[in-house]
Amino acid sequence: MNATYAIVAFPLAGSILLLFGGRLIRQPFSGWLATFAAFASFGASVYVWASMLGRPASDRHADLGLFRWMPVADLHVNFGLYADQLSILWCLFSTGVGALITLYSIGYMKGDPGFSRFFFYLNLFLFSMVVLVLADNFLFTFLGWEGVGYCSYGLIGFWFDRDSAAVAAKKAFVTNRIGDFGFMIALFFMFEHFRSFNFSAVLFPLTAHHAVLAGTTATAIFLLLFLGAVGKSAQIPLYMWLPDAMEGPTPVSALIHAATMVTAGVYLVARAAPILHFSPDSQWIVASVGAGTAFLAATIACKQDDIKKVLAYSTISQIGYMMLAEGSGDYPAGIFHTVMHAFFKGLLFLAAGSVIHALHDEQDMKRMGGLFRYLRVTGVCFLFGFLALAAIPPFDGFWSKDQVLAAAWHKSPALWALGVAAAGLTAYYMSRQFMLVFTGQARWRDQAAEHGAAGHAAVGGSAAGHDALEPHEPPLTMLVPIVVLAFASLFGWLLNAPFGGLDFISRWLAPVFPATIAPAVHVATGTKWVIGAVAAGMAFLGLFFGLGAWRGGVVDRPALEPAFLEHGWYIDESIAVAVSGPLATAANAASFAVDAGWVDGLINGVARAAAQTGRQLRRLQTGYLRNYALGIGLGAAAILFYMTMRAGG
Amino acid sequence: MTVPSAWYLILAAVLFTIGATGLLVRRNVLVMFMCIELMLNAVNLTFVTFARLLNDIGGQSDVFFVLVVAAAEVVVGLAIIVAMFRRRAAATADDIHTLRG
Repeated sequence: MNATYAIVAFPLAGSILLLFGGRLIRQPFSGWLATFAAFASFGASVYVWASMLGRPASDRHADLGLFRWMPVADLHVNFGLYADQLSILWCLFSTGVGALITLYSIGYMKGDPGFSRFFFYLNLFLFSMVVLVLADNFLFTFLGWEGVGYCSYGLIGFWFDRDSAAVAAKKAFVTNRIGDFGFMIALFFMFEHFRSFNFSAVLFPLTAHHAVLAGTTATAIFLLLFLGAVGKSAQIPLYMWLPDAMEGPTPVSALIHAATMVTAGVYLVARAAPILHFSPDSQWIVASVGAGTAFLAATIACKQDDIKKVLAYSTISQIGYMMLAEGSGDYPAGIFHTVMHAFFKGLLFLAAGSVIHALHDEQDMKRMGGLFRYLRVTGVCFLFGFLALAAIPPFDGFWSKDQVLAAAWHKSPALWALGVAAAGLTAYYMSRQFMLVFTGQARWRDQAAEHGAAGHAAVGGSAAGHDALEPHEPPLTMLVPIVVLAFASLFGWLLNAPFGGLDFISRWLAPVFPATIAPAVHVATGTKWVIGAVAAGMAFLGLFFGLGAWRGGVVDRPALEPAFLEHGWYIDESIAVAVSGPLATAANAASFAVDAGWVDGLINGVARAAAQTGRQLRRLQTGYLRNYALGIGLGAAAILFYMTMRAGG
Repeated sequence: MTVPSAWYLILAAVLFTIGATGLLVRRNVLVMFMCIELMLNAVNLTFVTFARLLNDIGGQSDVFFVLVVAAAEVVVGLAIIVAMFRRRAAATADDIHTLRG
């Protein structure tokens, strides 16, 4: 179990080496160093997992203290790692997918002036994520939580000389901050009630039913924690930062969406399950927020032209499913979907990055088309990811989404209906994306010609840009991760298939979610069949509708692309008008009236008072000896007088 | 007959006042210097008077210290005055007020 330290140590060592030695290490090698650190961390995770397998199910956890972090009165916060089934599962897919993405980045970021800085952030990101997952108390979790937030800020704004990237990074950071305040207040509540942050003091007595929690306390603590999870996992109402986060390099999008960051909220809810158990209201809120987000984001994704933004909204939607499952009480289903999502969403982003790479940074799907001929490997892999996300059997997404929907049905048919509708939309917008990118006319050719005529040699780099633009498959470092993830998208569901005793994840996680805190979700077998059939039916319906509607190189279908969807129901704009407008006015007013008038006035006033005092005091320094002598004489007389009076009195 | 010790003290006070007033009102550096000496010796007189009055040798021994310090001070002070007169003829204390604020 001591290998748990190595999971954390490798990415940390990698990031420190790159921070101080990044300039010294030549370009490809810093990438290989980071990749090695990530794969070593994955290896350590596998080792810990294997050694856990060798133990009885009840003994598969260990609290590994490092040192006491904050010994203040009766508050003792440790730097300690807690390895159990849940945290190791998270480590496995975070570091595994993260390592593949790091490998992919070597090819994708080739030639970028910030090459080493990029890999420094990637390793730090991975380190923060494993700290978040492996911490043995909530405060230490919060440290990783903030670390992930900081790294996402640095990576989204990686090309900070682009204005839009800098703004997107700020937006992500500020939106996350709102959630973080919820997390912090939850920590204060928790300390007030439990006098501790440790899982062993807060959660485990509840799990073992040695203690109960009042409903109001549980609701307060959990909903504030959930606010943090909503911010980090981009759920309603704090989801706006995720589509904008597409400003970062594509591997970053893959890392944020698949392996790390956004799944942190799902982890937090799963970890805080003992608290959630005592608050039925919160369960409803979590499930409703999840279902609502799944549906809303799916509708917006139907009319996005940026290849990465479609995937971004689909991520928001899929995390909605995970929250829906957790709110419905079926944690293994939500976590199963998280793992499957890590596979196929990582794949989709990496494949999209390959497309963007081939077209020299073109991201508008309406200017793509016909790419299947040129990018056969990428195209087939993208197809796998698309079918997995669209929940077409037998790909990953079908099995995990099926379990989520069964749990939702158990909770409420209304939530289930939202989920099913979102599933249909998912299949539709993904087939739209596939058709626009890989079939039809090669619209990027006209684009390149236009560019050439306009004198923009940026695409091809020369007058012979037309030939130079012939799209080609990316280098092997990029292709290998895509292919590996494509296989994972095809066979990953075998980790938790609902038949033949293949439900490994459910059984693995059973000791973490005993019946005391997560009563079993019973859905009759017949109902399950119907639910599965309906989900598959909806998926096929969406799929065929999408394939039909976007067949034959159609580019614009105004009826299917209403403007309000392109603008995401105008939610972002409304917030901008409602909050930013008055807020900006108030800030402007404050900058002139309060800042220039009062604050500056106060500071200048102090300075002016000091200068004036000095100007008056210098009159005492006349330079005439007799004045000084008189001063000394009077002073001596005054002291003498005082002493005499005292002696007399 | 013996002179009452109060007379000595009164004499010392008068001498001290003359010295202090002289220091404040005169402009001639040399005269101011002599006034300082006058004040020092007025104090010496009180020391000796009290030594006699209280039958304590400490007062008399202090006088020696004052004399020694005064002698040293005369050396330094006169040197400064001589240097001053070399630079400018007929200097008064008020001519040297360049170190004002």
